[in-house]
Amino acid sequence: MSFRETVRAWLAENVPKTVENASAEERIATAKRFQAALHDAGLAGLTWPAEYGGQGRTAADQQVFDEEAAAYDLPTDVFMISMGMCGPTIVDLGTHEQKARYVRPLLRGEEIWCQLFSEPGAGSDVASLQTRAVRDGESWVVNGQKVWTSGAQHADFGALLARTNPDVPKHKGITMFIVDMHAPGVTVRPLKDMTGQAPFNEVFFDNVRLPADAVLGEVDAGWFAAVTMLGHERVSIGGSVRRRYDPLTYTNLADLARRLGRARDPVVRTELAGLYAAERALSLFNTRLRQEADAGSPPGARGSVAKLAGAELLWRAVRVAGLIAGVRAAAWDEGDPAAEELAIAINATPASSIAGGTNQIQRGIIGERVLGLPKEPQVDRDVPFRELRVGTQA
Amino acid sequence: MELVLDSEQRQLREAVRELLADHCPPARVREIMGGDEGWDRALWSRLAGLGVAGLVIPEEHGGSGAGHVERCVVLEELGRALAPVPFLASAVLAVDTVLALGDAELSAELLPQLATGELVAAVAVAGDEGTWGSAAHSIAVTRRNGVFALDGHASFVVSGDAAHLVLVYAGTPDGPGWFVVSGEAAGLRTTRLRTLDPTRALARLDFAGTPARAVAAADPAAVLEAVRDRAAFALAAEQLGGLDHVLETTVDYAKVRVQFGRPIGSYQAVKHACADLYSTAEQARSVVRHAAWTADHDPGALPVAAALAQVVLGPGYFDSAAAGVQLHGGVGYTWEHDAHLYYKRAKTSELLLGAPEEQRARLADRLAL
Ligand SMILES: Cc1cc2nc3c(=O)[nH]c(=O)nc-3n(C[C@H](O)[C@H](O)[C@H](O)COP(=O)(O)OP(=O)(O)OC[C@H]3O[C@@H](n4cnc5c(N)ncnc54)[C@H](O)[C@@H]3O)c2cc1C
Repeated sequence: MSFRETVRAWLAENVPKTVENASAEERIATAKRFQAALHDAGLAGLTWPAEYGGQGRTAADQQVFDEEAAAYDLPTDVFMISMGMCGPTIVDLGTHEQKARYVRPLLRGEEIWCQLFSEPGAGSDVASLQTRAVRDGESWVVNGQKVWTSGAQHADFGALLARTNPDVPKHKGITMFIVDMHAPGVTVRPLKDMTGQAPFNEVFFDNVRLPADAVLGEVDAGWFAAVTMLGHERVSIGGSVRRRYDPLTYTNLADLARRLGRARDPVVRTELAGLYAAERALSLFNTRLRQEADAGSPPGARGSVAKLAGAELLWRAVRVAGLIAGVRAAAWDEGDPAAEELAIAINATPASSIAGGTNQIQRGIIGERVLGLPKEPQVDRDVPFRELRVGTQA
Repeated sequence: MELVLDSEQRQLREAVRELLADHCPPARVREIMGGDEGWDRALWSRLAGLGVAGLVIPEEHGGSGAGHVERCVVLEELGRALAPVPFLASAVLAVDTVLALGDAELSAELLPQLATGELVAAVAVAGDEGTWGSAAHSIAVTRRNGVFALDGHASFVVSGDAAHLVLVYAGTPDGPGWFVVSGEAAGLRTTRLRTLDPTRALARLDFAGTPARAVAAADPAAVLEAVRDRAAFALAAEQLGGLDHVLETTVDYAKVRVQFGRPIGSYQAVKHACADLYSTAEQARSVVRHAAWTADHDPGALPVAAALAQVVLGPGYFDSAAAGVQLHGGVGYTWEHDAHLYYKRAKTSELLLGAPEEQRARLADRLAL
């Protein structure tokens, strides 16, 4: 059996049905069962090192898997940060012990991770973060606050950035830690987003003790670790497979147009074609990035193109949805889940151009790090963190 | 052409603004949003107390006979505060429909009560597909023993849940016509719709043998069009107020939010985005004033001016509100922050009278393209 056939057969047997109105707990339990079975079948972590629980396969195999999986809604959203961001960073920077401890349970979905970077005063400028980790003998004591932490309410571990030396410039005094989200002193408070749901959180650290081996990478080299993870994040967000139920895909909007009898409208047709073109161009770009990575040249900052284009694509889809549905995109009868999903998707679209680095920041990265344009003057680059103006909130 | 407010109009603006600052702060909007009733009765009474519901109603019918410029001044403030009151439904759509129908008896009966705000009325013109006038296909009129009865449904009725009375555009065997239905009528069922924008209630009305009063009109479709034109620039005035709020709050934030050791407004990407908000708002204000002035002084030019107002304000407000969220970053994406309320109001307003492409098509028609 070819790899493709193996994948196809396995998915056909094992993808669970999406249960409507399932509670978060039920969804996570389903996801965990699925992911463990996927790993048992040798299909989780395809490109990850075999030594730590991955399959050591090529990006081409990953591509095959993704193509086959596109016919399904895999219940794996809850692992996006674990597998797209935290896991790859541990593989890149972890010690042998850390990789041996964390990678396998992460790939099996047994342990869920979150990313503890942003703070109220430090979003785009994460390096100005104020959460502090102070050495106490062999261990570290953490105090501070994170915000907008996706999935923290379900997470077992977090990749935490904390300041370990305030006397040096901001980038030079940060360390990345692995933090047990169930440790004493960690408080997770759900935060409602503009759709009315609470997928992200505030996370408070009150004298949280971390062992010496919680450091990921080197002490005070947390910025390098952060950049590594942010690179994975952009590729993971930009290259993420659109869910089949996502109401803002070309396929689903074209379907909506047909259902509402709008598909022959000449403006609807040309706008849908434009949306198709944008979606296809991005997906082809993602495929090419992956093939290049497979051939040994990782995407690096070019992942920002995918991230940015992905956000712009959604904004375009929001316009097309309005054109197709008119006021029906904004009001609907009770008990019309499709209409409700569309409205939620419209309300959630701003996340695409903020989360994971804003569009403005992505353009800056493309300009400076990909194209080599001169950098913005950085007023705070060489100033000790202590003396900086940070965290000003309106 | 007069595009600048005079001192009386500015006073009106201040009075409404003050009242809303006192009685419609964001906390109040959120209270109504979370409540069972889709509107703020107390605020409505206070506003009506200022006489603003009757600004375009002639004095002989209990209004102040001021004009569209004045009414747009009020709408602008309501949009700025996201005031949850049935002004657009009652003081705009219903008043304009009664005026356009030009039926002396109906005017004498309804306008005085609409002017004081005691009577809240709504207008039902759309069926399930949401297009203006499609209710003529979704509501059928029959006549038995000299009594008219409506069967069918209308949807997307602005403040339909608050209305004591509904003006309905329905289909008779001889073509569309206008009917008056009491909010309490037998066989009328009113259901709030679920909405993307939590600050404006829309309703579905189901009619089952609902008794109705016919209003004679020489050309019912022309009334529909006249009302739509007025709605287009009245809504645009409301949109302008929201846009202005987005502009102000975003620029303020760009001045105080520091990232990378500098206020974010010092970055060109942010500064230029703020400049675009301003440029959009300034042109929008001109277009709205122009339409309002045209309605008062040059009605022949209104069809173009009104279509123009929606073409400019629809996407102008939504794109600005989206930029407002964007420039606030993560905090703008939270429920606690008000940016999302403007985003949602802007999206709904952009679609309420038809998507932007439809507005442009309408303008193209008016330009005889
Ligand atoms: C849905 C969602 C999920 C998130 N999940 C996580 C998570 O799991 N973990 C985590 O750590 N964080 C998370 N975040 C936080 C996210 O990374 C930040 O919101 C984002 O980086 C922006 O930071 P900020 O919100 O502080 O905005 P700011 O940095 O204050 O930005 C405000 C505005 O200024 C602009 N700006 C800032 N600096 C510049 C500049 N130099 N040049 C040009 N423009 C600039 C921005 O583009 C933006 O428009 C999430 C955010 C959202 C919305």
